Amino acid sequence: MTLTKAEMVEHLFDELGLNKREAKELVEMFFEEVRGALERGEGVKLSGFGNFTLRDKKQRPGRNPKSGEAIPVSARRVVTFRPGQKLKQRVENYAGTVE
Amino acid sequence: MTKSEIIDILSRKQSHLSGRDVELSVKILLEQMSDTLSSGSRIEIRGFGSFSLHYRAARRGRNPKTGETVDLSPKYVPHFKPGKALRDRVDASKETFPITEQ
Repeated sequence: MTLTKAEMVEHLFDELGLNKREAKELVEMFFEEVRGALERGEGVKLSGFGNFTLRDKKQRPGRNPKSGEAIPVSARRVVTFRPGQKLKQRVENYAGTVE
Repeated sequence: MTKSEIIDILSRKQSHLSGRDVELSVKILLEQMSDTLSSGSRIEIRGFGSFSLHYRAARRGRNPKTGETVDLSPKYVPHFKPGKALRDRVDASKETFPITEQ
């Protein structure tokens, strides 16, 4: 089943006994801190899980796939995620079919 | 920014919770995310992004040290797709903030 913020809140309530409001605030704030750091140009390292890094991309030639018209892809900053060794190892061991 | 810095910031902002509860919460949260991905499910966080698994087919690789060929079995790798809000906010900051702490 897909994990969303609602399940994260439920899980913190079950595991830690935080009340739903506290748990919801904490989950929201966690992702907001990660977003905030990335927005200030800072990479984020979550040991055991992975790192979010930023890359500045130069403008490059592109094309409208429908019309074939040439339009440049503008310079932009993008977020990339590099999973940590521990997460990679755990996911690699998964042998079933994905959702 | 690291996990422990996030824990410190959240502890300051959520002063009614103990530092230990904040620390445990962040650890439980990341553990739940890892568990989800390693059981083949997706994570979707509105405004942030989604995590899913990408399939990598079996291939014949090489040990870079010895040059020996090795058969690599098929596997899954974690993949993150930033959501629109995150993409837009990060892109909007490119003129204002240089990239640091990579």
